[in-house]
Amino acid sequence: MVADTDVATEVEAPPRNTVGPIAWIRSNLLSSWSNAVLTVLGLYLTYQVVSGLIHWGLLTATFTGADGSVCTREGAGACWPFITAKFAQFMYGRYPETERWRVDLVYILAIAGLVPLMIPRVPGKFWNAIYVFVIFPVIAFFLLIGGAFGLLRIDTALWGGLLVTLVVATVGIAGSFPLGILLALGRRSKMPIVRWVSVGFIEFVRGVPLITVLFMASVMLPLFLPPGVTFDKLLRALIGVSLFSAAYLAEVIRGGLQAIPRGQFEAAEALGLSYGQRMGLIVLPQALKLVIPGIVNTFIGLFKDTSLVLIIGLFDLLGIVQLNNADSKWFSPTTAMTGYVFAAFVFWIFCFGMSRYSQMIERRLAAGDRR
Amino acid sequence: MAVITGEEGRTRAQQARAPFFYRPEVRQVIYQVVLVVVLVGLFYALIDNTAANLRKQNIASGFGFVDRTAGFDISQTLIDYNSSMTYGRAFLVGLVNTLVVAGLGIVAATVLGFVIGIARLSHNWLIARLATVYVEVIRNIPLLLQLFFWYFAVLKALPPPRQSLTVPGGGFLNVRGLYLPSPVPEAGFEVVLATILIGVAASLAVGLWARWRQRLTGQQFPVFWTSLALIVALPLLVHVLLGSPLAFEYPELKGFNFQGGMVLQPEFLALLLGLSVYTASFIAEIVRAGIQGVSKGQKEAALAIGLTQGQSLRLVVIPQAMRIIIPPLTSQFLNLTKNSSLAVAIGYPDLVSVWSGTVLNQTGQAVEVILVTMGVFLSISLITSAFMNWFNRRMALVER
Repeated sequence: MVADTDVATEVEAPPRNTVGPIAWIRSNLLSSWSNAVLTVLGLYLTYQVVSGLIHWGLLTATFTGADGSVCTREGAGACWPFITAKFAQFMYGRYPETERWRVDLVYILAIAGLVPLMIPRVPGKFWNAIYVFVIFPVIAFFLLIGGAFGLLRIDTALWGGLLVTLVVATVGIAGSFPLGILLALGRRSKMPIVRWVSVGFIEFVRGVPLITVLFMASVMLPLFLPPGVTFDKLLRALIGVSLFSAAYLAEVIRGGLQAIPRGQFEAAEALGLSYGQRMGLIVLPQALKLVIPGIVNTFIGLFKDTSLVLIIGLFDLLGIVQLNNADSKWFSPTTAMTGYVFAAFVFWIFCFGMSRYSQMIERRLAAGDRR
Repeated sequence: MAVITGEEGRTRAQQARAPFFYRPEVRQVIYQVVLVVVLVGLFYALIDNTAANLRKQNIASGFGFVDRTAGFDISQTLIDYNSSMTYGRAFLVGLVNTLVVAGLGIVAATVLGFVIGIARLSHNWLIARLATVYVEVIRNIPLLLQLFFWYFAVLKALPPPRQSLTVPGGGFLNVRGLYLPSPVPEAGFEVVLATILIGVAASLAVGLWARWRQRLTGQQFPVFWTSLALIVALPLLVHVLLGSPLAFEYPELKGFNFQGGMVLQPEFLALLLGLSVYTASFIAEIVRAGIQGVSKGQKEAALAIGLTQGQSLRLVVIPQAMRIIIPPLTSQFLNLTKNSSLAVAIGYPDLVSVWSGTVLNQTGQAVEVILVTMGVFLSISLITSAFMNWFNRRMALVER
């Protein structure tokens, strides 16, 4: 009996919970002393950042007003009326107000084409792609520039804001595609001169900053052309950006080409296909599909880099925000900060959305490999 | 034998019958000749046009302008410079400024990036989430925007000198920059410096000796603590014994501005902050991928042969992770160096700002100036990638 009671008192305490919120907190936040200290530090940091943002963006912010004087009081937070007043400029630049419906229409047409193209489940990808890559660019060109079909001609010097950002990024990537594919194929060619030329171009462009390429496009390109020939500043920037991203795209595509098994090349050759048929029908479709995430990442990089065009005097989203920050009518200590936060938010939405999309595609492609 | 000769003969006969331009070798030659002709023609046309345009604008080509007097001031000069010196000297000032901001940026970005990359893998849920938020926010916002933010919205919004914010340790932060005490060595400080050098040399020797002894006897020696004592503690001791021969000159408010000490200009601070914060988000991802790329079995095997947690991390996991991390890390370093050219947007006098900005505008020598700028960045890239290729070959996995 005595022994029995001894055993009863020595029964171990029930095991700790391994499920439920308390156990989760214990294992993920407080597993050791050092971990608990980190958690406290992290909580403090989170509190500081979140409360700071709420304080600045909501509690002390100004929401209505006609000029910067409403935001000049001591300790004022964000100056939101600055954004609402300038919103149209941030979106369209100096594009004439009566013609802005054309830009909106281009956006709507682009979304109508891109959304079904990007959702894998939607059928009819071939015609969809024809629309996005052939029909849409033609319509967009005439809608934006005008000068035909009874549309007023809008000089590109009037374009600005998000419109320029999107135009430079999309035309840049689309324009760099053919050259990028050629360079990638050239780099893997058996012909030494073709290979050297491709490697030389790719390594040269990848070795210099985009700014110098843009400087070259804006300062040196006019010198390269026959005297008297000039062309549009936006077009010059587009050429610079396209050449620049072609080199990066070529490296991405080369990665895809290297991932295609030799058997595919050999089988295509054995069928008697010509070089163009082998690449166009067998190799490139597989290689390009493989590197969609890489292409999207290049596009994200390009999208962020479009902000550099402001250095050569074009007004993309960041350029127009920077320009308006100096507007004396809206002068206040928080105008600049508000403008940057707005621009950062717009850029972030686009880039984050694209990177999420590329991760989804990556998972889908990986799922195919796992089978 | 006869059959083979016969077959060979038949193929040769067939080849002879086919028109010569269907033969792959011939075609390759033709393609390449066409490419060369097109490229040479293109370059000829470009050079011809450029020469004609330059003649029309009365700009003499060539590098003669490098020896002319610059006539402009540069706000940050680490080597001797004034406005009566040449354009060539201004180029050097810009180059040094670029290298300084890139070098410091690389160090800061690497430290911050490793901390955040490791934090992303932390078992602490909150820390891992915070690191993820940092990476996802920072790398999806253009660098130029971040530079503007730091420069115009943060540093240029600081109070004027009279209402400076104090920085612990005798520094001041205001709209004109960060004022820090500058060290002034006094007599006897050379001895302290020499002691540091001796300490470094001695700890290298100790390291070699410890390795030799471990190989022979298997006994280990606390190399780390010995080195720490030799490099840090010994010079400190000498420093104190000599009566602290290092004074500090503190910045003081005189009139409207601070005098004395050293000043880091807001342009420099903004560029350094922007570059390191932005690049750190990319480095963090590289570090995370590198550590995750080491297979779990490696760590389990290390623990199974009796290594401690720390040893398995230091001797097994990190060396293998570094092999994955280093190539993309180098390309981030190069990106940071190239991105430092954005200095031109906030007025930090780097190579692009001084040379492709001011000098180009003053002289109009667009071709020469841009080519030299590209040449400098290209050389930095090529030297770095040559070094990295060598390094990679050394580090590469030697398989049986």
